[in-house]
Amino acid sequence: MEQSFFKSIAEKARQSPAIAARLAADHRVVRARVVARGLMQSTADKIRQLPPLAVDLARHRQLAEARALVLALAAPVVQAARQPPETVLRLLRDPKVVFAGGFIALLIVLALGAPLIAPKDPLAQNLILATVPPAGFADAEAGFWLGTDGLGRDVLSRVIYGSRVSLTVAFVAAGLACAIGSLLGLLAGFLRGWVDAVISRLVEIWMAFPPVLLSILLVAVLGTGLHSVIAAIVVIDWTRFCRVVRTEAMAQGQMDYVVAARTVGFSRPAILFREIFPNVMPVLIALLTLEMGIAVVVEAILSFVGLSVSSDTPTWGGMIAEGRQIVHEAWWVLAVPLAALFATVVAFNQLGDGLARSLDPVLRR
Amino acid sequence: MLLAVVVNRMAMAILTLAGVAIVVFILLRVVPGDPVAMMISPGASAADIAALKAHYGLDASLGRQFFIWIKGALTGDFGTSITLHVYVTDVLAARLPATIELALLALFVAVALGGGVAVAGTLMRRSLGETAIDGLNSILLAVPDFIWALALVLLFAVAIPVLPLTGRIDPALAEGFATRFYLIESVLTGRFAVAGNILSHMAMPTLALALPLAAVIVRLLKQSLKEAMVQDYVLLARIKGFGELRLVLQEALRNAVGPTLALTGVQFTFLVGGTVIVERIFAYPGIGNLAIDAVINRDFPLIQGLVLLFGLIFILINIAVDLTVAMLNPRLRHA
Repeated sequence: MEQSFFKSIAEKARQSPAIAARLAADHRVVRARVVARGLMQSTADKIRQLPPLAVDLARHRQLAEARALVLALAAPVVQAARQPPETVLRLLRDPKVVFAGGFIALLIVLALGAPLIAPKDPLAQNLILATVPPAGFADAEAGFWLGTDGLGRDVLSRVIYGSRVSLTVAFVAAGLACAIGSLLGLLAGFLRGWVDAVISRLVEIWMAFPPVLLSILLVAVLGTGLHSVIAAIVVIDWTRFCRVVRTEAMAQGQMDYVVAARTVGFSRPAILFREIFPNVMPVLIALLTLEMGIAVVVEAILSFVGLSVSSDTPTWGGMIAEGRQIVHEAWWVLAVPLAALFATVVAFNQLGDGLARSLDPVLRR
Repeated sequence: MLLAVVVNRMAMAILTLAGVAIVVFILLRVVPGDPVAMMISPGASAADIAALKAHYGLDASLGRQFFIWIKGALTGDFGTSITLHVYVTDVLAARLPATIELALLALFVAVALGGGVAVAGTLMRRSLGETAIDGLNSILLAVPDFIWALALVLLFAVAIPVLPLTGRIDPALAEGFATRFYLIESVLTGRFAVAGNILSHMAMPTLALALPLAAVIVRLLKQSLKEAMVQDYVLLARIKGFGELRLVLQEALRNAVGPTLALTGVQFTFLVGGTVIVERIFAYPGIGNLAIDAVINRDFPLIQGLVLLFGLIFILINIAVDLTVAMLNPRLRHA
């Protein structure tokens, strides 16, 4: 009887073409199915091994257990089966994601193609043409679309070149912080015990530092330069990822699919990286995008204080610092890089928001 | 029960502070720049340098230096600032009031602004006004205090030059104060012209610090209010014939304010951290501005004192938040 029950469930799954097609495509689904089948088999075996008199009594309980297990397993299977194709479509339908993503794509093109796109040499000084206002204002000079700074350098070209430092920091620093933070978070959330205690205490100590002060302190320790800025951001912001991933890993660790994987005897690393990690990914991607916006601002702050890359390299923060000094004579030297920084931060934020909403099945509902 | 929570949190706080002390001490000892080399004239002999090192205790072993520092710190003695040549404790005591006034004023503005907009948005439910507030707020949520501060500089220094750009008070007025709490003291002693001058100096840094927090408050409080507005008790009050404003303020707000309060507390620590760069931009004489100078000048004792002070402030805020939330919510009291 129990076999016919399992068969009917398998039959039903196969009857739905949508599920069947995706079941084959998604490795997680396949694995869940294998796990489910193994559990069913072992339950059936147990029933068979019982002495005949007890069977009638036991059968009901065992069957109820098996049924509950199958139902619990079926939920994530069906959910996972539905996810991939819909997610991409949904992302493309979200105007937030499209606009913000488009802006960042444009910024990447500008940064990569800066030598081809920038109209002037960003370092060429011309004191005769200092503090020329942007095109359209009185005394504007042809060719300097966004004016010149106090040393007669072209503001537009400098902003375009400045995007290189900002984007490098955004991707490298946020990526590294994400890798370190989420690894520690996964370990803390999954292993619990003393590992969790140590990591959590470390996070708490870290959180007691004002981040801006800590970043300035770190750059002062490491020496100025792009590497130090990236290192400082990673050292400070890994805690953001660690806290979120830890909580998420703890929640996922209670889920049926993890219990199932444990029951069939998957090793702990396998459960951690092949079962839990993929399910933490949506949260992580959104967080990573938000972190990129934060990294861009931190770099700008460090440049502003004069602790980032050397003054030969144009950066938005450095331009902002120069613009702040001559704001009464030439407001555009401050306004242009500030606008670029604002737009970039907002774009990363909106993208992260949109991704979070589209990728997280709970937020979506 | 509440007492147990307090004791537990205090023990945790001491552990965290000890961790902060160790981290900052180790960090500073791997700094490549030598503070003594920076303060001495280039022609100084090796003996002069050694004498100066001995004077500041920099010639002792690391373990001994840490021991001396911790022993002093426990009695409120953080050593002498290398660049300012005064006791660190005195510098901090002189600068801290300016930052406290700024942070508290910013907190007040953020709560008033955020709360006001959230209530307004709730009153305009399902209208164009709400959509506008939500849309604008989702953008404002992304903007950090650094960008706000500079945008305000552009606006009030160039477009509408009505506010002073730097400082805390007109130097001519900065006399006859018994304490360093200029704003509070001038209000309490009835010198409103002076208070007005201080407020005009504080307006821009306060706004820059308050706006990001206000955006967070708007989002969370509006969400909570919206959920509360469909509860039965609000419906009952509506049936009784109360006006919409009274429904929001008296019925919904009281039940919706909990989560916002907890989050505001956490975000307040970010606001305090933000004073570092905002004070820098407006040359406001608080501990944040001091911190950047201390780091750039490699003033070890001052940096150590400042970081520990910031750590202490953060931890105290967190404890205060936990206690407030626990006292306001009977369900959390035993958690």
